[in-house]
Amino acid sequence: MSYSNKVIDHYQNPRNVGSLDQGDARVGTGIVGAPECGDVMKLQIKVDDEGRITDAKFKTFGCGSAIASSSLATEWVKGRTLDEAEELRNTDIVKELALPPVKIHCSVLAEDAIRAAIADVRKKQEARVASAAASSPS
Amino acid sequence: MGSRNVYLDNAATTPVDPRVLEAMLPYFREEFGNAASRSHKFGWVAEEAVEAARGHVAAVIGAESKEIIWTSGATESNNLAILGAARMYGDKGRHIITSLIEHKAVIDPCKFLQTQGFDVSFLQPNGQGRVSVEQVREAMREDTILVSLMFANNEIGTIHPIGEIGALCHERGILFHTDATQAFGKTPIDVEAMKIDLLSASAHKIYGPKGVGALYVRRKKPRVRLEPVIYGGGHERGMRSGTLNVPGIVGFGEAARIAREEMPQESKRLAALRDRLWAGLSEHLTDIARNGDPEHSLPNIVNISFLYVEGESLMMGFSDIAVSSGSACTSASLEPSYVLKNIGLGDELAHSSIRFSLGRFTTKEDIDYTVDLVVKSVNHLRAMSPLYEMALAGVDLSKVQWQHH
Repeated sequence: MSYSNKVIDHYQNPRNVGSLDQGDARVGTGIVGAPECGDVMKLQIKVDDEGRITDAKFKTFGCGSAIASSSLATEWVKGRTLDEAEELRNTDIVKELALPPVKIHCSVLAEDAIRAAIADVRKKQEARVASAAASSPS
Repeated sequence: MGSRNVYLDNAATTPVDPRVLEAMLPYFREEFGNAASRSHKFGWVAEEAVEAARGHVAAVIGAESKEIIWTSGATESNNLAILGAARMYGDKGRHIITSLIEHKAVIDPCKFLQTQGFDVSFLQPNGQGRVSVEQVREAMREDTILVSLMFANNEIGTIHPIGEIGALCHERGILFHTDATQAFGKTPIDVEAMKIDLLSASAHKIYGPKGVGALYVRRKKPRVRLEPVIYGGGHERGMRSGTLNVPGIVGFGEAARIAREEMPQESKRLAALRDRLWAGLSEHLTDIARNGDPEHSLPNIVNISFLYVEGESLMMGFSDIAVSSGSACTSASLEPSYVLKNIGLGDELAHSSIRFSLGRFTTKEDIDYTVDLVVKSVNHLRAMSPLYEMALAGVDLSKVQWQHH
């Protein structure tokens, strides 16, 4: 199988590799996939007070297309609000990276990772709001 | 080190040796005769060349030249051996024994026979990929007519105890077929000492051309008969009709002659290079595992799992080195290697494995270049592997609740 130049570029120069502090209330973490299936993606986002994504990091175990999909996903979510990031579709990734049909699952995984990270940070924010409300004098 | 092309996929196929090509060339134009033409010298010359080649192929395995049947390759040889024996001896019994890690060219004919009323036992090898003689003995029944076990495995290089299994089969009067595609010309084979009745081999794995194979069919003690798979002019003792591929056969003969002549030194050279590769990788990398049985192995194949790294992405890191991966992603099936799974490796390790298969034209420089690039790629990928990060943090990956797709 031959790879598109964009996949090769993301593989050789992955953007935003790394990890954010999972304990930080502003950080959302999504881990999707399983080692037995040959793909595990960890995607993390950090949001500011306005709910805008200021930073994103990934680590991926998987084929070149999986690495490229998650690398691209981190690039795309940065600077977006959570609502905007939620609108990203795997088909956009397929198009941008020219993924062949057999690699579409890599883009689906990246979309799932974004959604999981968004859900995680929202849950943390709701918990923060709830605890703030609980601790404030009535 | 600059860029170079390194071919370490010799278990898939090999380049034609220049000496082999030289031997073949006259048989395309000047000596183009049909080996079955008995009435003129074009035919006689071709027949003579075919018979000389038969002798060379037979000599590699200690057979007589009359016991060699030409085919189009090892896939056909395996089909002819299994289907041919089943059709010929099916009234004697309908049970066949084979293993879970055979090539598809053995597994699929056996599966077809299951649909035709045959019962097939697929033996599970041990963790090093070996089937024991005890396992074969336990699987044998009154109605067993054939045992088919590969000589050496194509993915991990493990060699089965062929001599012991052959002796057991002969003692019980059961035919013994071995798919020797990877072993032929690489490790000593003696059909007499090992009591082999049927043996498949292919030219393109030993620096001969593609599209030519052979099936050894024992002629005495016992005289093995096969019902053909291809019918026609009655060539090859009636077992395989069709005009012979004379240039290809001449090439196979020359390749076999060279392989036999050079095997003692070449197998040592290859084993030393293989060990150099393993030693170099183990020196620079942690968390790697050698799959197979180092005690019983072909000299040219080494299969390695690189933990926390996926095989296809690893191969991407050294695109000028040709290797094979046990990862699903290299095939259309999305299933990781059944051979690695059936030696109990687990899917995650199968995804992380690479087969390096060395050959006649592999040099020490090739190996050093490979070690260098593989180490770099593994480190590059581990730096972005969530599994490696978790393992370093002391997380037991087998206990994580993964989100399966």
